[in-house]
Amino acid sequence: MTGMDVKNTPSYLYWLFCQFELITCSYLMEPWEKVLFYSFNLAMLGLLLYTAYVCVAFHASSAFQLLCSFLGNPRGNALSVLK
Amino acid sequence: MANPSAVCNGHLHHHHHHQKQNNLLKCGLSKKNGITKGMKKNGVSNGTPYKKTFIEHFEQAPMYVAVFTFVGFAVGTIFGYLRDFMRAWGLEKRNIATERAQQKDFVPLYQDFENFYTRNLYLRIRDNWNRPICSVPGPQFDLMERVTDDYNWTFRFTGRTIKNVINMGSYNYLGFAETDVNALKTVTIELEKYGTGVCSTRQEMGTLDKHVELEKLVATFLGVEDAMVFGMGFATNSMNIPALVGKGCLILSDELNHTSLVLGARLSGATIRIFKHNNMQSLEKLLRDAIIYGQPRTHRAWRKIIILVEGIYSMEGSIVRLPEIVSLKNKYKAYLYLDEAHSIGAVGATGRGVVEYFGMSPDDIDVLMGTFTKSFGAAGGYIAGKKGLVDFLRTHSHSAVYATSMCPPVAEQIIRAMKCLMGLDGTTQGLQRVRQLEKNTRYFRRKLHEMGFIIYGNDDSPVVPLLLYMPGKIGAFARRMLERNIGVVVVGFPATPITESRARFCVSAAHTREMLDTLLLLNCEEFG
Repeated sequence: MTGMDVKNTPSYLYWLFCQFELITCSYLMEPWEKVLFYSFNLAMLGLLLYTAYVCVAFHASSAFQLLCSFLGNPRGNALSVLK
Repeated sequence: MANPSAVCNGHLHHHHHHQKQNNLLKCGLSKKNGITKGMKKNGVSNGTPYKKTFIEHFEQAPMYVAVFTFVGFAVGTIFGYLRDFMRAWGLEKRNIATERAQQKDFVPLYQDFENFYTRNLYLRIRDNWNRPICSVPGPQFDLMERVTDDYNWTFRFTGRTIKNVINMGSYNYLGFAETDVNALKTVTIELEKYGTGVCSTRQEMGTLDKHVELEKLVATFLGVEDAMVFGMGFATNSMNIPALVGKGCLILSDELNHTSLVLGARLSGATIRIFKHNNMQSLEKLLRDAIIYGQPRTHRAWRKIIILVEGIYSMEGSIVRLPEIVSLKNKYKAYLYLDEAHSIGAVGATGRGVVEYFGMSPDDIDVLMGTFTKSFGAAGGYIAGKKGLVDFLRTHSHSAVYATSMCPPVAEQIIRAMKCLMGLDGTTQGLQRVRQLEKNTRYFRRKLHEMGFIIYGNDDSPVVPLLLYMPGKIGAFARRMLERNIGVVVVGFPATPITESRARFCVSAAHTREMLDTLLLLNCEEFG
């Protein structure tokens, strides 16, 4: 990308947004279609982030519990693992 | 073949070409961004029939571009179905052609993909085509301003004209589309002498002395025995191929041939086989199979085998591999029909087309066909070759028998343009135009390469397709270029493969360096 000033963040973001519009053909859509498309995209994105948040939190907390149980009762756990 | 140009020495020019080519090769390979360049040279390495390097590019786009293109089409298709659903259920007003209620038990008319595509994707960007112009299509032209109130279903003219739009779409390779009074002096004289209409076909009372003069001039220009001119370029192909071949003959036609050639081939009734674009191995295989197996059921020998190719292919910008085709045709005893619509006047040291570009003799090619629409600023086509061939066409061609002949002022325009090119009018203007076109082409292509765009085609062809790939970009590119006063032609699905949409620039000798620089700068801003 010759001639691009990457440091100029607002115009760089605008340029990225324009590229997104061109790639997904939302440049060609009528306004109400754009509203529909963007709200659908934002909803999907929100769902994805929420899923990631929940999943990561659950995974982290279960991993932490396992670690705690290892530290709390080493012998017991070692026997159960051996069996 | 006498070459009356005293200014250019054939050998000197070839060396000059060769050096320039090598320089281009060097600077082309060094300055690149991360995209690997798949430069294809012709497959034969030593002892080639080519006198100079033949460089053609058909670079493949990186994978993410293909993915994005599909994403774009997927979104477009989903919204297309949504709109169709809304139209079918009456939630939206129906503007398109639909079938009448009485026809509901018949086979549906508007259900195939082409119509779906036309309704939902083409219509959204329809304002980029069929733009009416209101001046001569020179290097700059005037457009009528056109707006749409309901998203391209209907248009209306505001009454204003957009002036001095840089013209990158007209096939004005040598810049002969001009209104300069001095240049058109002879044309005005002929217009006053003959009027405009001929009102007859060639065989009845339509052969004027102007036509005889023009035909002799065309034959001298190309270096052949005789030539015949027709009023319309498309009709030259579609009406003359049926006169040359018929049932029991075999036509080997390139994949990307123009519609006129395809139509002519189909009208003739001969068997048609397609070989891959510019691919000599594919052509040779077809030739061998044709000779070994003969006609389909009877296995008799084919009456005639004819190869249909074009000089420059207008969608790809590639030049035909003529030396290899001629050697194949001589080996397998086939005939060659060369359509030089875009290449006559545009390539070659003195503008005599691909035959001169490759340094070959026009005797090698059986039927030389070309049009006057592109480089000569007129209308019509010609077929040239041996005298026997042209005499046969004068009596047997549909176009000669039924079509109106070329009108005299147009014939005079071609005569003056050709005389200018050959230097017979006493100036070197013709040669200057050819050189200018060459310089412009080289400059334009080199700059676009340096900027990192994907360009198809041969380095010497004035047709420059810039690949856009994504459907959203087709509309955006054309609209933004028009906002900045540049008129470009963008091409999408039916004319090109669905994933390879492009913007096609036609470089002209009349373009100045400033115009090309403006265009390049704006291109850079658009995508940079």
